[in-house]
Amino acid sequence: MAELTDKKTSTISLRRKPRWGESIIQGLLFLSGFLSIFITIGIVYELGKEALLFFQMPEVDLLSTITSTEWKPHVNKFGIWPLLTSTLLTSTIAMSIAIPLGMSVAIYLSEYASPKVRNTLKPVLEVLAGIPTIVYGYFALTFMTPLLRQIFGNDTVQIYNTASAGLVMGILILPLITSMTEDSLSAVPRSLREAAYGMGATKLEVAVQIVVPAALSGIAAAIIVGISRAIGETMIVAVAAGAGPNFTLNPFIGAETITGHIVRISGGDLSYDSIDYNSIFALGLFLFLVTLTLNIISQAIVRRFREVYE
Amino acid sequence: MTTNNNPEPTYVIETQDLEIYYGTFKAVTDVNMKVEQNKITAIIGPSGCGKSTLLRAFNRMNELYAGTSIKGKITFNGQDIYAKEVDPVEVRYRIGMVFQKPNPFPKSIYENIAWTARIHGYKGNMDELVENSLQQAALWDEVKDKLHQSGLSLSGGQQQRLCIARAISIKPEVILMDEPASALDPIATLKIEELMQELKKNYTIVIVTHNMQQAARASDYTAMMMLSGEGERSGTMIEFNETKTIFTRPADKRTEDYVTGRFG
Ligand SMILES: Nc1ncnc2c1ncn2[C@@H]1O[C@H](COP(=O)(O)OP(=O)(O)O)[C@@H](O)[C@H]1O
Ligand SMILES: [Mg+2]
Repeated sequence: MAELTDKKTSTISLRRKPRWGESIIQGLLFLSGFLSIFITIGIVYELGKEALLFFQMPEVDLLSTITSTEWKPHVNKFGIWPLLTSTLLTSTIAMSIAIPLGMSVAIYLSEYASPKVRNTLKPVLEVLAGIPTIVYGYFALTFMTPLLRQIFGNDTVQIYNTASAGLVMGILILPLITSMTEDSLSAVPRSLREAAYGMGATKLEVAVQIVVPAALSGIAAAIIVGISRAIGETMIVAVAAGAGPNFTLNPFIGAETITGHIVRISGGDLSYDSIDYNSIFALGLFLFLVTLTLNIISQAIVRRFREVYE
Repeated sequence: MTTNNNPEPTYVIETQDLEIYYGTFKAVTDVNMKVEQNKITAIIGPSGCGKSTLLRAFNRMNELYAGTSIKGKITFNGQDIYAKEVDPVEVRYRIGMVFQKPNPFPKSIYENIAWTARIHGYKGNMDELVENSLQQAALWDEVKDKLHQSGLSLSGGQQQRLCIARAISIKPEVILMDEPASALDPIATLKIEELMQELKKNYTIVIVTHNMQQAARASDYTAMMMLSGEGERSGTMIEFNETKTIFTRPADKRTEDYVTGRFG
């Protein structure tokens, strides 16, 4: 015993001790990080490969794909515009519901609601987010569409239409936007709110002019994630927006979105390496690129406009 | 009160049998004090004795958090600030605040002041107001070439003076300061103290500090707080007098121990 203490005080060893547990955990963490990157690369590779096959087919040329307003695979017309416009239409309608409503609910929850109200309302929103999207699809078809037809008339509003799908998609995205926005509002430090209240600011001034700008990066992220979700949303549009590409900006008539089209075609009897089969990979790749671009834009916005508070 | 030119001093803030609660916890009890106009009143005492709580009761900041309440009375120019018809926003407009940790808005130096003035409907020349406020806070020379940089790009001491500039831009009558120099280095601290001497010509200042030298150097009156009462849970004011008296001839033994560093 005495020897041990002696050793410790006289020559202190600074040598590295092996810590196996730490090394193993670190290795596992690295592996899972690597795996997610690997899977992403795999998906992009597969999409790219099949999409390339599509563009190499003699019936297809890139120029008419990005200029033509007709998507009619059976006569070899592959213009992206009808599918793209209806995707943009449903997404725009969805976001015009989800952004203002989501922001308002988030501001209410973070700045106005008592802890009790907040603790009731947040779980409710999370339940809303957990409902399978197919249910939302039938909600659009059996509730929203009849409602729209009652308001605007059966002659104006078709059974399948992008308005109904877009509105319900807005409800679907609402919890996502709300919870991401609320998180970033709550992350604004208390000292900043106190600074504003201490200067005699009202609740609304503090919320809108101090807290929201300080949380802007998180809010922008929420909005972009919402848009990505809207563009990629599939079941609602497959059920309620209508089958068949339709180049129109009229929200009351049926029009197939990119995702809706992919679902319908892949649900059919497809032969491997047919032009239809390859076309949906090209569409998939396109969706991927759109979402990627949105994410890059959002990061740029965040860097440019955020008010760093520490 | 020996050689006072003004025979009848004006008291801006007065408390009567003040008790302050966080829920059912009585953090502060039995406070009777008067804050004289154009003087610096220091509140001293050990950590956790309720100094901040008391200070934040003066501009109704405590009630931003649910469950806080007061008993007794706080008057501002004779008016009960906790009366039903009183708007806390208006109270905070007249009684400004500077916090322990500098907390400029994440906006430009210029906007920190302009925003504050704007929310109170200031319509005059903004450039002039910004310059004046920064001059008064002894910050103008250091920032006049970078008014549009973020307030957070400044050093801690400069940030705190920006917060003071922001507070005085709306011309409050009282400025409450909660350990405004505790996060600063000695030179920045000295600057804040000098600044307070300038400011008291136009404003009434109440400052919380646990730096004895600071209280002795910078204040006219000192309130000594200490935990006492049932199980020593509530903070109370054990002595309130001219700073000179508190530091040379304290009436209470506990004050003497505290100011001479023999406390605890
Ligand atoms: N928001 C709060 N909720 C509940 N208790 C609090 C709160 N703020 C302060 N307290 C309590 O009130 C007492 C006084 O705190 P404070 O006024 O901050 O003391 P000081 O500023 O003198 O250090 C402490 O016991 C503290 O824990
Ligand atoms: Mg304190």
